[in-house]
Amino acid sequence: MELVTPSIGLVFWTSIAFICLLIILRKFAWKPILGAIHEREQSIDEALNKAELAKQEMARLTSQNQDLMQQARAERDEILKEAKTLKDSILNEAKKQAQVEGAKLIEKAKIEIENQKKAALAEVKDQVSTLSLEIAERVLRTQLDDKTKQEALVANLLKDVELN
Amino acid sequence: MDCNRVFVSKVKRLTIVFTLLIAFLSIKIDTFAQVDSAVVPVDSVVAESAHAASGEHGAEAGHGKEKFEPTKVIMEHIADSHMWHLWGHTSLPLPVILYTPAGLEVFSSAHFHHGEEDYKGTYNTYRLVEDHVKVIGANGQVDEATSVLDFSITKNVAAMFVAILVILIVFISVAGAYKKRVGKAPKGLQSLIEPIIVFVRDDIAKPNIGHKYNKFMPYLLTVFFFIWFNNLLGLVPIFPGGANVTGNIALTFVMALGTLIIVNINGNKYYWKHILLPDVPFWLWPLMVVVEVIGIISKPFALMVRLFANITAGHIIVLSLISLIFIFETLAIAPVSVAFVLFMDVLELLVAFLQAFIFTLLTALFIGMAVEEHH
Repeated sequence: MELVTPSIGLVFWTSIAFICLLIILRKFAWKPILGAIHEREQSIDEALNKAELAKQEMARLTSQNQDLMQQARAERDEILKEAKTLKDSILNEAKKQAQVEGAKLIEKAKIEIENQKKAALAEVKDQVSTLSLEIAERVLRTQLDDKTKQEALVANLLKDVELN
Repeated sequence: MDCNRVFVSKVKRLTIVFTLLIAFLSIKIDTFAQVDSAVVPVDSVVAESAHAASGEHGAEAGHGKEKFEPTKVIMEHIADSHMWHLWGHTSLPLPVILYTPAGLEVFSSAHFHHGEEDYKGTYNTYRLVEDHVKVIGANGQVDEATSVLDFSITKNVAAMFVAILVILIVFISVAGAYKKRVGKAPKGLQSLIEPIIVFVRDDIAKPNIGHKYNKFMPYLLTVFFFIWFNNLLGLVPIFPGGANVTGNIALTFVMALGTLIIVNINGNKYYWKHILLPDVPFWLWPLMVVVEVIGIISKPFALMVRLFANITAGHIIVLSLISLIFIFETLAIAPVSVAFVLFMDVLELLVAFLQAFIFTLLTALFIGMAVEEHH
């Protein structure tokens, strides 16, 4: 029976000791320890969240980069293609223009040549007529020295005129 | 609640192991009691060596040929004492503090010379009768009429102070480590203690109390470590430990009283409504109120008895196993005893933790029931 009878002394000392222990530990141990653990947990949580965010940001940046690269590549292709067509069109136009120009020049030259030819021919005709007139004058002079010959000529000419 | 169920099953298993062990012991003792007379004229050399190896509790058996009484030895250990037995005939005298009607009386227990002499104090003459301080009247007989209150620093009080000192050193140094290493990973003792604190917080306080757990953490942690350290020190067989502190009903009474006060101070209106105006037909009401009021007392009462019985049982079993050597008066049984004691000590390590855990868990559970909001 003595075993299950609490003795007043031990009850008294236990109460005092336990309350003191509770107060001391509460102030000097539990408060700093629990606070530190809580803070550390929070900072770990925060760090993990931040890491997750950074990861997402990284993924976003990577995909953005890829997009940019792709876009740039497409743009470059586009530019190259455009340049090529531009070059082709310029080349074609130049060719066409050159042809047109050449044709024009040729035409001009032809006209010039024709003109020159005409002029030359006219001159030649002029000279030929002058020469022939001179020749004819001289021939006539020599031939028409006598009267009979003059008459024969006139008759001949008249014959020609009739024929015409 | 989950871990609660798990541990209840573990406790059941433990109880079975205890029962089996006790049954085994009783059978053994019975069989040997029958052949006791044959064993008595034992070789004196063996008896002497057994006494030499007896250590602490062999002292009583060492006095000549007197019969060894295991019950007396074990009960002496389980009960409190006014001196702290160290080895052989050496004891540490402890202060005796008496509150008498005439005034306070303080003297050393060494004056009693192990209860063989009376001590004449300022107001009365005192005698140590079975480790209780009694007043001696003028006729030289024990005067039961004069009541003295014994506030002595007994063995259990001293052992408790040692445990408190250890707890303070450990936790204040750990708290210092937290201040020194702000935001860093725990190191050394800190990393040993931190998981246990986090365990108390996350597995005891949070699931049972809910979001208001923070307010009760200091009490729960103090209860847990106070019981655990005292349990562990009780398992140490040499000087600073070895006292049956948590196996003393006075200590468990105070702890349970603390839980009773904490629970009922923090009980909200739902808690009190559940007790005083239970949701039952009116004719059951007087009965239910009585049952609920008994429930207030019976919960901490169970806590008190559980801790007391578990730790005392552990000490009794270990001492019984050691006593076997002296009951049989032969060294041949020593290996068996030591093997069983080793087994029991390992089991007691588990029980030391388990009892601290269960006490704290149930305290948290009762607090949780008292502060629960929804109904």
